[in-house]
Amino acid sequence: MRDFMREWLMRVRSFFRKREFDQDLEREISSHIEMAVEENLRQGMIPEEARRQALVRFGGMEQAKERHREARGLPLLDSIVQDLRYTFRTLRRDRAFAVIAVLILGLGIGANTAVFSVVDTILLRPLPFANPQQLVWIAPPPTKCGFSCETYSADAFEEFRAQNHSFQDVAGYFAFSTEDNYRLTGRGEPVPATGIYVTRSFFQVLGVEPSLGRLFTPDDARKGSHPVALLANAYWRRQFAADPKIVGKAIDLNGQAVTVIGVLPPSFDFGAVFSPGEKVDLFTPFVLDDWRDDGNDLTMIGRLKPGVSLPQAQADANLVAPRLYFNIKYPTTKGWYKAHLTPLKVYVTGRLHRSLIVLWCAVGFILLIVCVNLANLLLGRAAARSKEFAMRIALGAGRRRLIRQLLTESLVLASAGAALGLGIAYAITQYLAHQGSIALPLLSDVRVGGGALAWTVLITVVAAALFGLLPGFRISGVNLQEALKDAGPGMSDGRKHDRLRGVLVVSEVALACVLLIGAGLLLRSFLHVLDVDLGFEPSHAAAIKVDYDDGGSPAKRSVIFQQILSHIEAIPGVEAAGIVDYLPLGRNRNWGELKVEGKIYRTGEAPSPLVYVVTPGFFRAMGMRLVAGRDFSWEDSPNGRKVIVINEALARALWPQGNAVGQIAVRDGQSLLVIGVVADVRETSVEGAPGWQVYYPATQAGPAGAELVIRTKLPPDTLADSVLRTLRQLNPNQPAAAFVPIQQIVDHAVSPRRFFMLLVTCFAALGLILAALGIYGVISYSVTRRTQEIGIRMALGATPGNVQLLVLRATLRLALIGVAIGVAASLAVARLIASLLFGITPSDPVTFAAIVVILASVAILAGYIPARRASRIDPMSALRAN
Amino acid sequence: MWYSHIFYSTLMWDDHRREHVQGKTRPSSRHLDLIVLRTLVAMGPMHGYGIARRIEQVSGNQVLLNQGTIYASLVRLQQRGLISTRWGTSGSGRQAKYYSITRSGRKRLAAETENWQRLSAVIGRLLATPEVGR
Repeated sequence: MRDFMREWLMRVRSFFRKREFDQDLEREISSHIEMAVEENLRQGMIPEEARRQALVRFGGMEQAKERHREARGLPLLDSIVQDLRYTFRTLRRDRAFAVIAVLILGLGIGANTAVFSVVDTILLRPLPFANPQQLVWIAPPPTKCGFSCETYSADAFEEFRAQNHSFQDVAGYFAFSTEDNYRLTGRGEPVPATGIYVTRSFFQVLGVEPSLGRLFTPDDARKGSHPVALLANAYWRRQFAADPKIVGKAIDLNGQAVTVIGVLPPSFDFGAVFSPGEKVDLFTPFVLDDWRDDGNDLTMIGRLKPGVSLPQAQADANLVAPRLYFNIKYPTTKGWYKAHLTPLKVYVTGRLHRSLIVLWCAVGFILLIVCVNLANLLLGRAAARSKEFAMRIALGAGRRRLIRQLLTESLVLASAGAALGLGIAYAITQYLAHQGSIALPLLSDVRVGGGALAWTVLITVVAAALFGLLPGFRISGVNLQEALKDAGPGMSDGRKHDRLRGVLVVSEVALACVLLIGAGLLLRSFLHVLDVDLGFEPSHAAAIKVDYDDGGSPAKRSVIFQQILSHIEAIPGVEAAGIVDYLPLGRNRNWGELKVEGKIYRTGEAPSPLVYVVTPGFFRAMGMRLVAGRDFSWEDSPNGRKVIVINEALARALWPQGNAVGQIAVRDGQSLLVIGVVADVRETSVEGAPGWQVYYPATQAGPAGAELVIRTKLPPDTLADSVLRTLRQLNPNQPAAAFVPIQQIVDHAVSPRRFFMLLVTCFAALGLILAALGIYGVISYSVTRRTQEIGIRMALGATPGNVQLLVLRATLRLALIGVAIGVAASLAVARLIASLLFGITPSDPVTFAAIVVILASVAILAGYIPARRASRIDPMSALRAN
Repeated sequence: MWYSHIFYSTLMWDDHRREHVQGKTRPSSRHLDLIVLRTLVAMGPMHGYGIARRIEQVSGNQVLLNQGTIYASLVRLQQRGLISTRWGTSGSGRQAKYYSITRSGRKRLAAETENWQRLSAVIGRLLATPEVGR
């Protein structure tokens, strides 16, 4: 073993000190020859004969040196270095080709690496928690009634945690926090902050360790204990300048002194995992005893005991869930719950699985197109270089040596492309990670990691082999004599060559066609989504979180809200203003079943609508349509007749025969007069069908917060300052909350679709350009080669029009074959992405027709340039050439 | 077939060797190494030309050897630490590189010699067994 190491060390040494070794050998050989000559002279030969014999006996001088080098150095590396040198020389000579090739490869590989980074982060890598495979999301199966039906009450949570046998521990967080729900004061102007209540073992269950201080203990979550908070790492850096002594200090939250007990690690990003696109600043313990009489508030996340499988845990949960009480004080509230277990990873990213796979495939198509394109370019080059190769073969270069040379070339190109691609991918991932407006989970973690690097190397090598070997085989298979003869005048190097390039172009067009049709379908779906009637008018409206202190009194609240709205409406440019507690497409909640007065329902039969608490004027500010009846007014006072407004879907559910206005509904024994019906609002997602909604006046029901919505003809941004100033005048504690255009909320909701659509469309555009390049290259090359033929045709009377038609016909033939194959393949592929489409069928004729037209026109355009050139060939000079 | 041939030969770029030419034996590089080591034991420190001449004489010109090929063998043995070199002056006053066997060279030679003898005895016996069915 030691000898082996020693030998290799020596070999490496001699590889780098070649000259020294060569000189040494040179000296040795010359002394060898001299000694041989001397001996021959002694035997009586004449001097010339003596030298000749000595040289003969020595054998091939160069061979001996070569063997010496092989024996002492690294022959493989030697020849690689040689190939590399040669490659750089040829590429430098053909700079335009090299630049184009590297650019194309860089785009292809960059797109692939970037997409792989996204796929890796979201799909492949485990969640950023300890032993993430043990984590399970526990929730009732999804229903129509929003978050409230996907969560558990404090009692149910506690019972489930105690009674199950499958989990090490179960934790949860409060599902109904809104953004900017805290006000941080005591450091200049009040600043908004987003906080979430988590049950006390939340971080222990996830396996998150604090970077400073400690996590919550049971004492922190006891009723009446001193309030404490954990800070998110980003928030600690941003708001507290990464103060290393923050632990133990008190901060002022909503007018209460809260002690900071720790700072979470940078790797923990609550928003990235549980509510994509949102940032959460701080965490406070969820005190179960404070919430016993509330509704369903908590999500549940469990950590499985080692060795317990998901089906076992599910069986366990199926036993435990029906035994849970909504509220243990009321025995009739037993048996309301189910518990469906999903691996946390699936809960977080499961919906995106198909989209990401589609994206991955699309970008793989791009790489294929790039390879085909380069193979094509290289074939063109190879044809031009066939004489060079024939010469090298004639001079004794082996076939494998030539292939190795070509592979070296393609590897060099691919590596340069990969370097460029990595730069592009790095830029893209940086952009994606730092842009909060795309609601995709874990996106902020996206980076070009080790996996992506390995993937890049892999695709680079595969791509180099793909586009390097094809021309390599062709060249090495070349018939020597023919190739050398081919350089002579007027010979064409056979139809075989043309056919291969034709096949490449056809496949390129077919691949581009599939990509374009896929992108077209996604684009059309996206346009359909944008066209959806949201039930409100997102443009020209904006919302801001309002701080108020009503002390729990509806009367006081009425006064405050009325005052705020009258001041806001007085601002020039404000057309309408209103207040709501939950904006659409965000969080929502539910207050249980709403029944028609006097009607008997079976359990679960009555609808449970989503609840919104609003002020008069909100519907107008939001741009909602009142279908029947009237809006709330300030006369609907706290002590007056309790009134509600319902949406059309709920009206249909309660009073199918119509005429809901004036009817009486009942919730928990309280009778409510329906005074109006509004159009359905897409409350949970833009694409899902709207559910049941009920609106209560803020004068009579308790809101969960206040979002002031303003409608204006001006750009909403211009009002931000005056609105905030007005709110500050009324309430000095008003934090500098963000003024969010409603359109932004809608954009946020459709951002995943926009993200995928945009990417696939970019890839398709890239594919189209590459295909056009391919067509242009082939047609242009064939025109060059057929210059003489065309010259003869023109000399015999063909008009320029005839010639153009001839070339264009060849172009169209290639394009149409490609399109035909592409369309057939697309029909199959489109069915696979059917679930990603919205409002169109996978075989949408408009998309297919449009793409066929686009491809055909691009092909004609790509063919037209060489066709024009062909038609301008001067017959005389064409015939005289060569 | 054709492709596999290409792949194979692309991967295995060690040299092609013809072992027998015109009734003479061309020693493989491994055998040449063995011969060189043995020669150095017999002659003491010696230059490349001397080694080559000695091999020719001892083999009675049965070995097909271009004298130049022993230099590859010499550098290989040197890099493995089996022989050592120094520049010196020959009897005729000419500068020459002298090779001498090292301790580990002697050890290797002993081991290889034993190995060789055992192998040639076995192969000799095997080849001497009578043919069947003739």
